[in-house]
Amino acid sequence: MPSPRYWREIPSRYRLEATRCGDCGRVAYPPRRICFACRSTAAETIELSHEGRVITSTVVHVPPHAFLMEAPYALAIIETPEGARMMVQVADCDPESVEAGMMVALEFRLIRKEGKGGILCYGHKAVPAYPIGGEAEAELRAREEVAHA
Amino acid sequence: MRDVAIVAAGMTRFGELWNASLRDLFVEAAQQALVTAGADHLDAMYVGNMSAGQFVGQEHLGPLMADHLGMAGVPSVRVESACASGGVALRTAFLEVACGGSDLVLAAGVEKMTDSPDVTEVLATASDQETEVYNGATFPGLYALIARAHMAAHGTTEEDLAWVSVKSHRHGALNEHAQFPRELTVDQVLSSAPVSEPLRLLNCSPVSDGAAAVLLCPLDQAKQYTDRPVVIRGAAMATGSMALTDRRDVAFLDAVEAAGARAYEMAGIGPEQVDVAEVHDCFSIAEICCIEALGFTPLGEGRHCARTGETALGGRLPINTSGGLKSKGHPVGATGVAQAVELFEQLTGGAGARQVAGAEFGLAQNMGGTGASSVVHILQAT
Repeated sequence: MPSPRYWREIPSRYRLEATRCGDCGRVAYPPRRICFACRSTAAETIELSHEGRVITSTVVHVPPHAFLMEAPYALAIIETPEGARMMVQVADCDPESVEAGMMVALEFRLIRKEGKGGILCYGHKAVPAYPIGGEAEAELRAREEVAHA
Repeated sequence: MRDVAIVAAGMTRFGELWNASLRDLFVEAAQQALVTAGADHLDAMYVGNMSAGQFVGQEHLGPLMADHLGMAGVPSVRVESACASGGVALRTAFLEVACGGSDLVLAAGVEKMTDSPDVTEVLATASDQETEVYNGATFPGLYALIARAHMAAHGTTEEDLAWVSVKSHRHGALNEHAQFPRELTVDQVLSSAPVSEPLRLLNCSPVSDGAAAVLLCPLDQAKQYTDRPVVIRGAAMATGSMALTDRRDVAFLDAVEAAGARAYEMAGIGPEQVDVAEVHDCFSIAEICCIEALGFTPLGEGRHCARTGETALGGRLPINTSGGLKSKGHPVGATGVAQAVELFEQLTGGAGARQVAGAEFGLAQNMGGTGASSVVHILQAT
């Protein structure tokens, strides 16, 4: 990837910058010039929370070359509290344990390497976020233990 | 607008065709259509192709294909809308004839995929590079996300998905052009290797080479070329969100619904009048989503159709009598035109063992990416 192309995306990939429409309030990630819901051009830049909820997920067994060493990995669409949706990998857990409704935290991670002399490409991955107390936490922790055993 | 007819069709076998190049494939299909019609000239050509630039390093297909067809001089242009390129080529040719710009136009599609070492990477360029592919998405991965969302919303199961492949292969086994003309069992599908959960190898259309072509002219000139023209009653396209993350409902294909609605309106018919349909089953889940979006079955009911036989040959509405992308093969740029070839055969009574008796209306639905673009054609027998 030519470095200007990588550099241009840094604000959204590193800082999770998004735009919130000044007219209808819809949040777009990455930022857009025109609101996809109402076509307004009045947008403010916001920074998304580093947390979210899994909307749908899969486990990729046949990966692209850049992710050969990581397969199988969980890939998910998550929604942040601001209503922004993004596609991320879900790491630090058994990929089979990822499912819709799961709460995740977004962490800054290495995403891919370009190879000799190329760029190390960073961004965000999701990791399980355990809600404090309650059945959900117990269930998630139990599943994790089984996965690690 | 003038009424437009398809007067001839041609296609290559689909498959791993090591002996045939991109241009060989195109010329075989196009020449077959020209010879069948007895046409010695063309007024224009449209070449549907997704990615010859990346698959085999060849762009500028318009003049290349006109030249090799012995038609140098004719206006010829390549059109692209990822896996819907063939459908868009057909619609563009239709519009040119309908508006009176040209009389005899070839709409063809071609793709040479098996020469490429990086098919998965090339196909992924039809999704959003900056947000999806960057983070490790593949095409099966994106359709797997749709499948999981469909399962959560409608109770669809892996067995439902398997039945779609079983049904397609039952049809494809009767098609001499199919890449995999043999039947499958539900167990074979469910025990095939996982590609991206819940999709397995036998839920995915293959990597294919192939080409297809149809010849269009005004309906009132059609008798010069054939006794049995097929009329294009609807030709519509719609676009939707490029990235899955921006969809209102990940399990619903908005662009397919919109293109279908426009085509039905143009043709003046509804889904209940369609006798045979080819839909874009690049993955099993896609056929289920497409038949729901096109109104062939209520939302959430699509999962039952292959199992009950409703969409099989002999059923209420046979879907993908050609074998679909799954069994027939999916040379991406050719697929939309190949769907029209199957309907042309069905509506002229030439589909042999796959014939749907008395078929009058056929519908072809082709889509690009994860459904960000979709084209729907409605054809009528004469």
